[in-house]
Amino acid sequence: MLILSIFTVGCLLISFLIDSRKTLNGVRKGLKMFINLFPALLLMLSLVSVALLLIPEETLIKYMGEGSGVKGWLTSALLGSVALIPGFIAYPLCGIMVKSGVAYSTIAVFITTLMMVGILTMPIESRFFGWKTTIIRNILSFIGAVVIGFIMMLLL
Amino acid sequence: MMKNIKKYIVPFFFLAFIGVSYLWDFAAGEQIGVNFWLFFKEMILFLPLMFVLIGLFDVWVPREKIEKHIGTESGLKGTGLVILLATLQAGPLYGAFPFAYILWKKGCSIKNIFIYLGAFSTIKIPMITFEIGFLGLKFSLLRTLITMPVFIMIGYLMEWYLKDKNFEVRQQQDD
Repeated sequence: MLILSIFTVGCLLISFLIDSRKTLNGVRKGLKMFINLFPALLLMLSLVSVALLLIPEETLIKYMGEGSGVKGWLTSALLGSVALIPGFIAYPLCGIMVKSGVAYSTIAVFITTLMMVGILTMPIESRFFGWKTTIIRNILSFIGAVVIGFIMMLLL
Repeated sequence: MMKNIKKYIVPFFFLAFIGVSYLWDFAAGEQIGVNFWLFFKEMILFLPLMFVLIGLFDVWVPREKIEKHIGTESGLKGTGLVILLATLQAGPLYGAFPFAYILWKKGCSIKNIFIYLGAFSTIKIPMITFEIGFLGLKFSLLRTLITMPVFIMIGYLMEWYLKDKNFEVRQQQDD
């Protein structure tokens, strides 16, 4: 976060020194995009905060630990697709899962779907890509995550 | 103007619900409020910075450059460049969509757009360092190596499917 702030301010400064008009134009363009997206983001965050209440961490670990093989992957793939957990929370969580006996391949499926498939962010994704493309990308990513889990299981 | 206000109706009721929950000590509502604040804090600090960078990228990087390096004729080198670009960034996937839009606007190929999204979501270097810390080097390295061909393939599949379907990335798409 700090690095990003410094980087942004640095870029802004350099850009401003070279061409102040172009810089202001760029900043305006960027912020306009942000403001356009803002209500959709609020909506998504609302959904996420409700979902997080319905699926607490303990439940996640319980369900993923129970099933092994295909059943375990499908459960974790589904959970990963719905959940929207930022990386800095997800990795410590996965660390706990490993310690509570969840298989590495199951964790790989969970992490990959968590990152690549976003059911809760689909309304935002569809604003940029349209619904059809969004759904296809998410389905392909879901299948991809299960494949990744399978290969991880063979190798680990 | 009306349309803009309309978009805020659901978030408004949501926030009102949280407010009422606090007033009446409704525990579940309060917990939702705490969750919301946690995510909102992350977003409100992070996203404006990212959009400023996107805006700067938009005004400074000329279309010809993007088209030449990661456009339809760019080949494997273009794909490599897109992956490199994505891994150096940080943040949640929904932050990558606006940048994908800028790349598309400037002539990035369909395949590379989706490879960008794949790389951005799975193998960002700041996140990988985190992953190594919690899940170990072996796991992280293996996952990275296996994931790469998977999202590259997804990129090819998406291009194959979308190439004659008038695909476009829009800033605001009304559905």
